[in-house]
Amino acid sequence: MVDFGGWDMPIQYRGILAEHAAVRNAVGVFDLSHMGRLFVRGQGATDLVQALTTNDVSRLAPGRAQYSLICDDDGRILDDVIVYNLEDQMLVVVNASNREKILAWIEQVRAGALAGIDADIHDATFETAMIGFQGPESARLLQEIVSVPLDNLRYYAAMAGTLLDRSALIARTGYTGEDGFEVIVSAADGPWVWDTLLEPRGGVEPTACGLGARDTLRLEMGMALYGHEIDETRNPYQAGLGRVVKLAKGAFVGHDALAVISEQGLDLKLAAFELTAGGVPRQGYPVLVNGKTAGQVTSGNVSPSLNKPIGMAYVPAAAAEIGTEIAIEIRGRAVPAKIVSLPFYEHRTRRSATSGTSRG
Amino acid sequence: MDPTDRRYTVEHEWVLLEGDTALVGITSFAQDQLGDVVYVELPKVGDKVEAMKPFGVIESVKTASDLFAPVTGTITEVNQRVMTEPQLVNDAPYQDGWLIKVKPDNLADVDSLLTAEQYGDHVSNS
Repeated sequence: MVDFGGWDMPIQYRGILAEHAAVRNAVGVFDLSHMGRLFVRGQGATDLVQALTTNDVSRLAPGRAQYSLICDDDGRILDDVIVYNLEDQMLVVVNASNREKILAWIEQVRAGALAGIDADIHDATFETAMIGFQGPESARLLQEIVSVPLDNLRYYAAMAGTLLDRSALIARTGYTGEDGFEVIVSAADGPWVWDTLLEPRGGVEPTACGLGARDTLRLEMGMALYGHEIDETRNPYQAGLGRVVKLAKGAFVGHDALAVISEQGLDLKLAAFELTAGGVPRQGYPVLVNGKTAGQVTSGNVSPSLNKPIGMAYVPAAAAEIGTEIAIEIRGRAVPAKIVSLPFYEHRTRRSATSGTSRG
Repeated sequence: MDPTDRRYTVEHEWVLLEGDTALVGITSFAQDQLGDVVYVELPKVGDKVEAMKPFGVIESVKTASDLFAPVTGTITEVNQRVMTEPQLVNDAPYQDGWLIKVKPDNLADVDSLLTAEQYGDHVSNS
């Protein structure tokens, strides 16, 4: 068990590689209850979320979800979030480690620039549980126990229904690159739903997955993890997330700063690399360009699916071109690497009409 | 209990004397704590290693960890198989997952290391 944003979380149950493989080949179950679940209600719910986030909530149809960012006035990233339009309310899922910060931030901006918007924030993190069910077998297995017709549930869509006899919100979202679901139920039902999802059915035994596999799965997809690829020192354009900044939607917190940044050239850019010799890149290792320290690794590991060392790093924009040869300094040794395109591993989600990078 | 035919270090390496050469690996406890091993960085034949100083690095998906030499001596062989199949350290830590062979400067140094029973106590107290 490790402390993860104030939650005791297992790094692994059976082992990271076995859990990773289960999600790529069958189905894995993730306890995501640590993630912050903030419901926004009232007449001004949409206006409030629109003003707090960078993506365009006015284009988010009822029952759909979108990846988005919350930035400060300087355009720096406070959190990356998923916004769900649940018709009568909005749901914003924030990172566990940022939940309190974001609640304080919302309070702060509502006392200032966003005063007068008629909406209530309800933090339901402790009264609900959230469980991921991810992998190529997830839809077939989940359909046996949920009321929602999963064939009609698109990628980045959510529907309220039941899981056996318990109320559940079922979303086709995830952080693995595989087809999969995230289920929100009452906290009281959480342990029962966890056990139920782990029950063998349809000839498949779902595998409990910890933080370790969650990290290797998202890394293979090149998905950002707060505290690694993104934090308050980075802006969305550096992180390659400009596609979820909709400057044309009108005013929002950070808009003016981001408008300026979007016009400027980037100094540093997030890039993906693979080592061309042995070693394991890890967060914080220096990136060498032409033999000089020029950046830093944000995440790295040996890709379990591809069996090769991969990572992401901030590098000077000029060195971020695909094919550029760089090196990663590992314990004082320059290990050759090259810039590659993302994702490392091909997505197999149902992205029929996606609105951005997935994230859980 | 761990195999009684060999000695152990507090840093979770084992040593098995074969004539005047010491076979070195990591314990079952150590591989279990590391989780899936994905990379092993080992010295070259002829390199000197010093007792309780790092001689290499073992990396799992979770973390990187130094390997400590149980005795002072000279490397006589490196397990090439674990370089390409690091999972061997998890699957067979006391057999095919061995790491290096060392010719100790002083064979008697091995006797001062922990017995299997002492190592067992060390693990259960840590």
